[in-house]
Amino acid sequence: MNMQTYQQPDVHGYYGRFGGAYIPEMLHPNVEELQSRYLEIMQEPSFQLEFRDLLRDYVGRPTPLYFAKRLSAAYGTNIYLKREDLCHTGAHKINNTIGQILLAQKLGKNRIIAETGAGQHGVATATVCALKGVECIVYMGEKDIERQAPNVARMRMLGAKVVAATSGSKTLKDATNEAIRDWINNPSDTHYIIGSVVGPHPYPDMVARFQSVISEETRWQLKEKTGSELPTHVIACVGGGSNAAGAFYHFLDELSVQLVAVEAAGHGVNSGLSAATTALGKPGVLHGSKSLVMQTEDGQVVEPHSISAGLDYPGIGPLHANLFDSGRGQFLAVTDEDALRAAFDVARTEGIIPALETAHAFSALSQLSLKATDQVVICLSGRGDKDLATYMKQMEMMGI
Amino acid sequence: MSRIQTLFQQKHKRVLNVYCTAGYPELNSTLPVMESLQANRADLIELGMPYSDPLADGPVIQQSSAIALENGMTIARLFEQLEGFRDRITVPVILMGYMNPVLQYGFERFCADAARVGVDGLILPDLPEYEFETEYGAIIRKYGLDFIFLVTPETAEQRVKKLDKLSSGFLYAVSSSSTTGSNKQMNSVQDYLQRLESYQLKNPVLVGFGIKDRESFDAACAHANGAIIGTAYIKALEGAKDVGTATKEFLSTIV
Repeated sequence: MNMQTYQQPDVHGYYGRFGGAYIPEMLHPNVEELQSRYLEIMQEPSFQLEFRDLLRDYVGRPTPLYFAKRLSAAYGTNIYLKREDLCHTGAHKINNTIGQILLAQKLGKNRIIAETGAGQHGVATATVCALKGVECIVYMGEKDIERQAPNVARMRMLGAKVVAATSGSKTLKDATNEAIRDWINNPSDTHYIIGSVVGPHPYPDMVARFQSVISEETRWQLKEKTGSELPTHVIACVGGGSNAAGAFYHFLDELSVQLVAVEAAGHGVNSGLSAATTALGKPGVLHGSKSLVMQTEDGQVVEPHSISAGLDYPGIGPLHANLFDSGRGQFLAVTDEDALRAAFDVARTEGIIPALETAHAFSALSQLSLKATDQVVICLSGRGDKDLATYMKQMEMMGI
Repeated sequence: MSRIQTLFQQKHKRVLNVYCTAGYPELNSTLPVMESLQANRADLIELGMPYSDPLADGPVIQQSSAIALENGMTIARLFEQLEGFRDRITVPVILMGYMNPVLQYGFERFCADAARVGVDGLILPDLPEYEFETEYGAIIRKYGLDFIFLVTPETAEQRVKKLDKLSSGFLYAVSSSSTTGSNKQMNSVQDYLQRLESYQLKNPVLVGFGIKDRESFDAACAHANGAIIGTAYIKALEGAKDVGTATKEFLSTIV
């Protein structure tokens, strides 16, 4: 029998009982082409060389692993922040879009489509398309276009066409549906850059590999700082789960490392306004893979709620569903209110304004019993500029 | 022999399959719509089970699904509506839908209930052949249901043959790479349909996607056993006072 591995899916894209490629036949040629070629292309020396060069000179990697002294003191432990917020465009999302645009070029695709919720993945996609001079169409829910005007402007300035998804609940899930429909209608020239570890096989594995640079760097950086490559905990927020997949990746099969995935509880896990998929979801099929899905008794996908648009997704990557199922990962949920509090704490303790998504990961610190000898890595997945409107509203309420 | 196979034994040409969404335009329209389709010369009925995220469908069928869900349609309610429908409807009936609601209902329970009420076959476009072969195909067969795979102009020959082998009842030839209700031209599909003809498949072939009037129906039927109309019929039902009249008027323009 093979050793259990949490890192890689089987040949059909399954992590345990989750994954696969539940796609209509119209998508088969595109998905099969990716399945049969992604590993070979990613391992080509010319691909690796350009990917590494761009990550270094364009994205600004390696991102620092920063020992957060005052935050550590506040929690009586040792906290290291993996500074993905310092990546070009302000979040980890660009690690994946750089990888996928290079892959798209190797596949000879000259038209790029993407979905976006808050706009971070859309901006990261528009950025790499501008970099490569490739046509870019970003699908975004009509409601999100209204809520995220600055990111819509960024994408347009970068030359992308932003198309409103007007079906269903008019948010991320529907933007994803529209992107998939576009792909069905454009079977030969188009590559779909999915922004998270979701979608049909090979997307979860491919995106996790592109994001795995986060934990690859963390290992040697931690060794430089502490003498050991292995922390006791890695904490990351999870919507679809791309930053968590990257932060966990090289620790997945190191069983001494506790992997803490933090979901958005919204108004509270049982409030009816939540996005805590592992707590509320049931096995199902969404956007081409089997995973945990928030749905009604009749199997209709429900609209989640989180103050953070990046966590506002009714599914979760199959890799994470398997971590939950197997007990390898610890899943916590943090409310809107607690995430906001954590954002202000971090801002004032470390001088770093985190994205609302990342604030959920910080809030999990207070749910864990951490020891003075623990070495905790938090994936600081993005910066908070995009969330200023929400933070300003909060300051008004707090009388700041 | 299944009801679908019997149909194709009796009729090889210009077989008309019409798609309708269960619970649309009204919750209780399902049976009246099916009866009017049979009365107006539909040879088969493809009954869509509404879903919140219908990936393979264009805006018209999506909208009909959204309305049906608002009307309160569920799989459980559909089986209640279909209880005893074989007293009134003799043409083959296929349920079309997406995996998630079916998994939630329970895959085996779904097949058992479908067979019990008199449904003949299933189309689940997001059930891939690997999962069909390893898990679900045996359950579908256990209850004597036909399962229809889709092929497209981009599907390679070997794969068409494999999907034909796995299918029973008929093979669904998607006319172009698109979602339902697209306006891609039908005349470009002749090469593709002739290619399918030359494979000498075991199943009859019905062409779907973009069939909207007599011209496109004729074009589809030139090199296939028939065609499937969906979006154009859903449009015809939109705002119709009487589904019987709307169906009669619409189908009289096709056959």
